Amino acid sequence: MSKHEQDLQKVVDQAIAQQKVPHVKFKKIGPESVDIARLTSQSKETRQERWGKGLTSLAIVLIAILIAAIIGFVGFHGLATFVNDKVNIFHFLFTSSWNPSAGKNHVGAAAMIVTSFAVTLLAALLATPFAISIALFMTEYESGKQTRLLQSVMELLVGIPSVVYGFLGLTVIVPVIRTIFGGTGFGILAATLILFVMVLPTITSLTVDAFKAVPKDLRQSSAALGATRWQTIYHVVLRAARPRILTAIIFGMARAFGEALAVQMVIGNAVLMPYNLVSPAATLTSQLTSQMGNTVMGTLPNNALWSLALLLLIMSLVFNFLVRLIGKKR
Amino acid sequence: MNSKKVDRIATGVIYLLVAIVILILVGILGNILIAGVPHLSWHFLTSASSSFEAGGGIRDQLFNSLYLLVLTLVISLPIALGAAIYLAEYAQDTWVTRLIRTTIEILSSLPSIVVGLFGYLLFVVQFGLGFSIIAGALALTFFNLPILTSNIEQAINGVPQTQREAGWALGLSNWKTIRGIVLPAALPGIITGVILSAGRVFGEAAALIYTAGQSGSTVDYSNWNMFSPTSFLNVMRPAETLAVHIWKVNTEGIIPDVNLVSAATSALLVIVVIIFNFGARFLGNWLYKHLTAAKVK
Repeated sequence: MSKHEQDLQKVVDQAIAQQKVPHVKFKKIGPESVDIARLTSQSKETRQERWGKGLTSLAIVLIAILIAAIIGFVGFHGLATFVNDKVNIFHFLFTSSWNPSAGKNHVGAAAMIVTSFAVTLLAALLATPFAISIALFMTEYESGKQTRLLQSVMELLVGIPSVVYGFLGLTVIVPVIRTIFGGTGFGILAATLILFVMVLPTITSLTVDAFKAVPKDLRQSSAALGATRWQTIYHVVLRAARPRILTAIIFGMARAFGEALAVQMVIGNAVLMPYNLVSPAATLTSQLTSQMGNTVMGTLPNNALWSLALLLLIMSLVFNFLVRLIGKKR
Repeated sequence: MNSKKVDRIATGVIYLLVAIVILILVGILGNILIAGVPHLSWHFLTSASSSFEAGGGIRDQLFNSLYLLVLTLVISLPIALGAAIYLAEYAQDTWVTRLIRTTIEILSSLPSIVVGLFGYLLFVVQFGLGFSIIAGALALTFFNLPILTSNIEQAINGVPQTQREAGWALGLSNWKTIRGIVLPAALPGIITGVILSAGRVFGEAAALIYTAGQSGSTVDYSNWNMFSPTSFLNVMRPAETLAVHIWKVNTEGIIPDVNLVSAATSALLVIVVIIFNFGARFLGNWLYKHLTAAKVK
């Protein structure tokens, strides 16, 4: 028994001795049986609590370590191009001569960066009006059975693996483009069309949430002022939902920017500055997918690919940051 | 132009765009299923794939996909469950918690190819595992964790606060309340979340091509020794999944029946995704009805 507990025992004993009206329960067990050790030790519940909290925090810590490791590892290898191989970072970002095995003056990723942004922006531009229309249809025009059917088909579209989209692009979209525009059919246009279908459900479901979050009172006030349905939508609903629609579009763009296999299958994989929509090109992801297996760890061509991966990682962080920024402004 | 006319035109445009999208959706699903289902035969599902001749099947790929899915869920479910319980029940609104939430959001929006390359760097190269099922399963775990965690957290948050208060009123510890009351009540939602994430894992390819590898080894389905290199249960062997198979035969393959094999495999993948989607909803509702006294929403 520690000093503290001995003191406690003394105090309890004294209190019992001084008691005027004898305590019924204490009389029965006798004052000696006051078990200080048990009173001061942790209860079973506290121990359970500590165990549960420890176990679950362990899982959280694991996830945090994981993301730190991803950023650390990819960052370390991605920066090796600039630190070890002395490639100029502006040269990397703004020139378009890509042939890393020929030396450090041929590590220009501009063509891939431009193509990546082109397919992302075009797909988002194409998908947004469709997504907003479907979301309006589901929230403002129809409700019930049709809506639920449309929604479950949309959910299904999200679940279709990206390689299946790539295969569809290869067998349906590329031949159609080839017959209409000539050339190989591979290129930004094919990738855009595939990405359009892939980001459509993402943007739509988030836009539906945005419209649902607009209070009913606003619509009713507008209707009470004599506005038509379209006037209400255009001046009230769309305006009130604007920040969340923007967030939806950014989420869609993030998905398009990071999509690898579907794009790789239809874009043609030629690292050239795209001069039109149907010439073969390459995105950051497609180049990574097709070349990572052909390079040797630690050499310049390999490090250059890791720099592309780092760029993807940074863009993903930027998209996240944008979403946060819009959310704060709201 | 008066506002009524504008309203009518706008309505027309919206209905037109919706019709176009429905056409596209029907076209996609129809195309995949019509092109693929006729080639889905028992023979196709149960024979080994061929590297240069026509007539190969997808037996090994199908098994690898299922095996990877099971391994991934076995690894990721406990971690996701723990993390979700912490976030839903224990986390206070401090900067640490906010940082962790941000972290999980970032992880969920990372391109899967980056996750795959990280897995390649860490497991295949650094730990020297080589292209192997276990490296693939770990990469898929990273890919799966954020989605699964947020699905489970939502399910736990859906349990009414009064249920927890009832547990505390009985003198149960927080942990006992969570295990005995909150988790069973959240079970239907958790199962739905697990199945939906399983559908995503089943079709994932980008995270796998540099971790589980793009080729299979000869496997012996009668060898139950996990440590034998030819055993189908060996986690150290390279393995190609269905999704990777489609990508591989279309980009590098030389078999003459590429379109046939890819179409049939695509159809199979889509059918599995459909089953997972409906299965998740059905099982969730069924469990909810049978485990709780509440009416189905």
